[in-house]
Amino acid sequence: MHAMKIKEAGADRLFTIVNYCVLTLVMLIVLYPLVYVVSASFSSSSAVLSGRVWLWPVEPTLDGYRAVFKNTMVVRGFMNTIFYTVAGTGINLLFTVLAAYPLSRGDFRGRNMFMLLFVFTMMFSGGLIPTYLLVKDLGMIDTVWSMLIPGALSVWNVIIMRTYFQTTIPGELLEASQLDGCSDFRFLLRIVLPLSGPILAVIALFYAVGHWNQYFNAMIFLKRAELYPLQLILRDILVQNEINIDMLGDAKTAAARQGLRELLKYSLIVVTSVPLLVVYPFVQKFFVKGVMIGSLKG
Amino acid sequence: MSIDVFLIISESINSRAMASLYCKKNFILTRSVYYEITSIDVFLKKRILSKKRNNDFSKARHNRQNMQIYGLKRFHVICGHRPDIPSETKGVTKLNLWKDITRKWQLYALFALPLIYIIVFKYVPMYGAQIAFKDFNVTKGITGSPWVGFAQFERFFHSHEFWRLLRNTLVVSFYALLASFPFPIILALGLNYVKNERFKKSVQMITYAPYFISLVVLVGLLLQFLDPRTGLINTLLGWFGLGPYHFMAQASWFKSIYVWSHVWQNTGFACIIYLAALSGIDPALHEAAVMDGATKVQRMRHIDLPGILPIAVILLILNTGQMLETGFEKILLMQNPLNLRTSEVIDTYVYKVGLVSQAMNFSYATAIGLFKAVIGFILLIIVNQTAKQLKQESLW
Repeated sequence: MHAMKIKEAGADRLFTIVNYCVLTLVMLIVLYPLVYVVSASFSSSSAVLSGRVWLWPVEPTLDGYRAVFKNTMVVRGFMNTIFYTVAGTGINLLFTVLAAYPLSRGDFRGRNMFMLLFVFTMMFSGGLIPTYLLVKDLGMIDTVWSMLIPGALSVWNVIIMRTYFQTTIPGELLEASQLDGCSDFRFLLRIVLPLSGPILAVIALFYAVGHWNQYFNAMIFLKRAELYPLQLILRDILVQNEINIDMLGDAKTAAARQGLRELLKYSLIVVTSVPLLVVYPFVQKFFVKGVMIGSLKG
Repeated sequence: MSIDVFLIISESINSRAMASLYCKKNFILTRSVYYEITSIDVFLKKRILSKKRNNDFSKARHNRQNMQIYGLKRFHVICGHRPDIPSETKGVTKLNLWKDITRKWQLYALFALPLIYIIVFKYVPMYGAQIAFKDFNVTKGITGSPWVGFAQFERFFHSHEFWRLLRNTLVVSFYALLASFPFPIILALGLNYVKNERFKKSVQMITYAPYFISLVVLVGLLLQFLDPRTGLINTLLGWFGLGPYHFMAQASWFKSIYVWSHVWQNTGFACIIYLAALSGIDPALHEAAVMDGATKVQRMRHIDLPGILPIAVILLILNTGQMLETGFEKILLMQNPLNLRTSEVIDTYVYKVGLVSQAMNFSYATAIGLFKAVIGFILLIIVNQTAKQLKQESLW
């Protein structure tokens, strides 16, 4: 390797330089908005309003965060979202494993038929309105169940997990266990699952991200404000620009209110996004595995 | 002395390794002893079975279909029982379906819950989609409402919204499809030639991050940055004496903002799959090319690109098939009365007609949704067939 580096020809050297420059540029384009938001959230409201924030916080304060955490709606939304994410992901994983394991077994009679039944739903669906009517008929509207059950399973993730089981759990292991009288339940619980840590982590992350970022289902299924997840409250504040006056209670003048309003938005964005951005690097090393398996033919 | 024997009928070396591993791990195995088995026939002849039974086993080895059935038999043999299956092989092969299913009832028990879910939450709505051909009335229910044939569809095709919706949907879809296709590939190719691991890791870590930001936050960010008074972009343009522009309020800007924010959010994550494909390319190809004096650009062009082409084609197929699934949750967030002319797509219209408007019309909305679903389905089939014709990878 070292020798190659020295011998790198002119064209290659130019390529390497251009490559590093382009990648650095890409990195900056992605990173800058994120850094800006974090800096703005820590800056004073007047600095944000007058556009003096460029890279680092100007006149650092915690006003925005104070306003965020004083707001009962936001705090409750945060709690709701944590509940939906944890409970929802648990249900998701249970359903996905239960579906994927039998489908991964060659001796599961009717497996092709079931697979077709599952895959077809990826290509064709009844649509928004019939689904809404179903959830309504099941009496789930305006209950926490409407946030957990209708999306309990993603067929795509079932396929990923099934392929993982097929490729990494050797058939001999099953045969050996069966010889000793191990039941299918026990085999799944004691052998398959302990061997599937990486894929469980990736799939759990995908599901958790989905729940954490979900707003649309909440918007159509939930009516009571105390059930709202964070994203829905966020939507009112960020997109609809509806902010309760009492959230801005501290600000005296109209200008100060306007400033705090903007500051609040930046702080909210940070508070909402940080949990996922902190968690994902730990699972990142498994991404390739999950994504690659998903790309294999089913 | 009675010995319980651990026996695997398989010709791979792997199975033997696995068996010993399994013995060591001692999960459930308590009474079994592992033998080095060189030949199953010899082993059986010498140690356990009568000649007759031995014949059964050697047949089984050559008939893969019977393996499952013999799995049961082996179990009995090993426990020292004579299996109570009919002695003639014919009866064994015709072990019926029902017996096979009851023997594996646990698999079906596991599968029951997801199956019920899929039927209830995916197929019942498909059944419910029949209201597209009915005049749905809440009190009469899905089955009780009167049939009206294609009236809802005709109403849609003749409405003045139809062409606008179709055009917006297609424009946004195609634009997003084409713009978001090349960037992950370029990023992956670039990353593949980075030798500095730390630099590579940080680029990856940072470019993946936007994928985890919610759509609400993303649209919130867009609104903040594009704000005509306080937004960063307009402050920047102000330096050059331009603007301020109210980007979100101009219908002509909508599609570009939608597409390029999509590219910003998803490029990093989408490149993972290409990186994986690149790492699967045989390094010998690169070594040979280096020996022949190929530059990096040439290697990229003649080794890497052909190497990831199959995956690129699959992804293009997948994306084209999903093309009409415009990110309508995001579009809904980006919509305002001023950009509605270009931002109203079929999905958002379905949502508004069905669930928001004062006169909720479930049947009409379902018909529009069904129209889109059918078009999308046909599109997927066509694209896949085309790929097959080209002898490229296809989905099925």
